[in-house]
Amino acid sequence: MWQESVNVLVYEWLKMPREEKLSDALNFFIYDTVKILFLLTVIIFAVTLLRSYFSTEKVRVYLSKKHEFTGNIFAALFGIITPFCSCSAIPLFLGFLQARIPLGVTFSYLISAPLNNEIAIAMLLTMFGWKVAALYIGFGLLVAIIGGIVIGRMGLEKEILIDVKPIEGELSVEIEHIAFKTRFKEAYDYTLDILQKIWLYVLIGVGAGAFIHGYVPTEFITSIAGGNNPFAVPLATLLGVPMYSNAAGVMPLIEVLTSKGMLMGTALSFMMAITALSLPEAMILKRVMSLKLIGIFFGTVTLGIIGVGYLFNAIL
Amino acid sequence: MKIEILGTGCSKCKSLEEATKQAVAQSGIFAQIEKVEDIMKIMEYGVMSTPALVIDGKVLSTGKLLSVTEIVEMIKAS
Repeated sequence: MWQESVNVLVYEWLKMPREEKLSDALNFFIYDTVKILFLLTVIIFAVTLLRSYFSTEKVRVYLSKKHEFTGNIFAALFGIITPFCSCSAIPLFLGFLQARIPLGVTFSYLISAPLNNEIAIAMLLTMFGWKVAALYIGFGLLVAIIGGIVIGRMGLEKEILIDVKPIEGELSVEIEHIAFKTRFKEAYDYTLDILQKIWLYVLIGVGAGAFIHGYVPTEFITSIAGGNNPFAVPLATLLGVPMYSNAAGVMPLIEVLTSKGMLMGTALSFMMAITALSLPEAMILKRVMSLKLIGIFFGTVTLGIIGVGYLFNAIL
Repeated sequence: MKIEILGTGCSKCKSLEEATKQAVAQSGIFAQIEKVEDIMKIMEYGVMSTPALVIDGKVLSTGKLLSVTEIVEMIKAS
């Protein structure tokens, strides 16, 4: 229905010729930006509202009672539903250790939380549908759980640069009652805030996507990122790692690339590498972790993501 | 009254400090405002998402950029 309205706008009102590169690109641009921004608003609002019922403080109390394996699994799951921003990575990391949560469990959370951020999930749902979104979350959890267990088993506690004093006695949080109206208002404000931050990236991303859509030949993308290039997955992952987690700008590009022949596993690896790891995060973590630990952290996650990409390409 | 803003220096923490100053001016009380950037001190309050607002040693809000009105209400309630 929306596609038809855009067709009317571009071909009839603006009187642009059909089957031409420029009008195709413009049609795609209008269709995609409006669709993405609308669905993003709805999904981010819903996720934020749901999240207001969980806080990292409550999660910490819960996790401090869990052991390895179950702890890793729950930590990864909580990563989906709690808010996370890389600026609070340090207090979170230290806070978990303070509550005597094992290092491996802490890492499961630290891998899962940025990977499953609301913008990435919203963009995936909008552009690829619930199946791909579910696969992304599922494989993301797998990387977080296994990555956390592996790091936990390496005995790297001495690589933490700050001496963390465990909290004495039982941990508890005060349960505060917030009226639904307040939660609704807060989720609304937060959604507006996020949209203000990302709308430009969405426009740029879709713009670049529209350009590729209209001008870059399919054969070119297939030859680089298609099934014939066995190194497409590691290449996509390594390209994605240093990029800052701006899912809003990158997802529209990936949508176009997949429609032009990039394999879905390669695309998934690329997305995960962008959201899970970033250079700014490494810089922040350098204040509390040795370079060795950061290296192991990034290395383990990168390998996990590459594995997921190959696995996914093999299954489909 | 002693108001502390806990934060490691992100942009939200600075905005919260500004909002707190305005709130104190609006409510016309005498309060000492302190920005706590030392991560170990922040941890002592058990806070994991910054910025946080602490009034007289009690953590009242974490991980949120409060509006001036909200802070005024918290000051009145304390």
